[in-house]
Amino acid sequence: MLSVQDVHTYYGDSYVLQGVSLEVKPGEVVAILGRNGVGKTTLVRSIVGLTPPRRGRIAFRDADITRLPAHRIARMGIGLVPQGRRVFRSLTVRENLTVVARGEGPWSLDKVLELFPNLPRRLRSPGGKLSGGEQQMLAGARALVTNPKLLLMDEPSEGLAPLIVRELGNVIDALKSSGTAVLLVEQQLRFALRHADRIYIMSKGRVVHHCSPRELADDAAIRSRYLGV
Amino acid sequence: MTALEVRQLYKRFGGIEAVAGVSLDIAAGERRALIGPNGAGKTTLFHCIAGTELASAGTVTLFGKDITRLPAHARARSGLARTFQITNLFPLLTVMENVLLAAAAAADVGLALVKSMASYGALHERGAKLLADWGLAEKPSVQVRHLSYGEQRQLELALALAGEPRILLLDEPTAGLSAAESARVVGMLQALSRRMTILMVEHDMDVAFGLADRISVLHMGRIVAEGDERAIRADPQVSEIYLGAQ
Repeated sequence: MLSVQDVHTYYGDSYVLQGVSLEVKPGEVVAILGRNGVGKTTLVRSIVGLTPPRRGRIAFRDADITRLPAHRIARMGIGLVPQGRRVFRSLTVRENLTVVARGEGPWSLDKVLELFPNLPRRLRSPGGKLSGGEQQMLAGARALVTNPKLLLMDEPSEGLAPLIVRELGNVIDALKSSGTAVLLVEQQLRFALRHADRIYIMSKGRVVHHCSPRELADDAAIRSRYLGV
Repeated sequence: MTALEVRQLYKRFGGIEAVAGVSLDIAAGERRALIGPNGAGKTTLFHCIAGTELASAGTVTLFGKDITRLPAHARARSGLARTFQITNLFPLLTVMENVLLAAAAAADVGLALVKSMASYGALHERGAKLLADWGLAEKPSVQVRHLSYGEQRQLELALALAGEPRILLLDEPTAGLSAAESARVVGMLQALSRRMTILMVEHDMDVAFGLADRISVLHMGRIVAEGDERAIRADPQVSEIYLGAQ
């Protein structure tokens, strides 16, 4: 579904991704873990075309997307839940969702609203008036109504109450069983261990470890070395 | 002594009552966590305490002084500092410049536009120490927009502490931090002097229970439970609205 091959990405002179390769298969949930500042968000930005890599190749369903502009990549079926609640602040919740909604696929507006209990009663509120956690829910809902084939989630649980984090986990499981692939950047180790099929660990702009959640749960040395826990 | 006293506080936006009669008493030196479902009114309550919003009714008292109608900058001068849920920094300035601005404001030093930043020696020294404390010693000349998200959160904490506040309001201090960085921030917060009073919103229960002496639970604008970790974990209503079945 997604293949990232030896990707090198810079911000100006700053050499952030130093040869990252990874793969996501159809219907698979893949988590990327690592400390702050190791390049996880930059990797997400490289994949969706916001910060294209200087070298390397990114393919989505066998098409080369390395140099495509972000809006074309989105239309091919890659959805993004960006970090830090980037919702359209002046649009209402309903408008936030309807401007991006696309017909084909299982995630209709009503279906998505069922998943996020705060949103139905906030449909007429501007995005900027929602609480931080509600904005995070809206960012998740907005990605779902595009009916993506691959969903990139950059710390989707940030700022969410424990009960809602659990529901988010159910959303990821539901995505998976509907055949959608998920690439999950996540700080909550427990959450990643529970929902991912495979895990990549990044350090200093590279993938340094690749394993199953089970292996990571059992490997205290790797956890301590790369995650500090 | 009571550091912060909130009495029957209300905040209405149009027809919505975001804060609906909250009372809180936080003792000097206490660490208090405020938890609750998303949309419960936690950040709005913070705004009313910090002065970035004015309460519709009720009072806020800081060390015996009524600050309910004071603007935010006057509350900051009275010893109140806060961090934001969503980072709030000058992205085009360097890390050190951000710290110097905060330290200068706190020390009531007027910055002259024509003077170079480097000429404020004592402020520089204090800034360097803060950066070292908060794990940013190697980044003073990096533009803030080039910091990782986690580093920006750490910088925000350093800025809040630049003025040596008497009461610190933290809005999700570990959100977006990796486990390692989160543990470091928790360690730093634990090491802060008990001369400082802390009120924090936090969704990571390990962090909230680890740092706080007492926890207040906000739901639909009202405090529905208050107590220590054991009492809160055992409260069936808190499980139902917030924690979920454990």
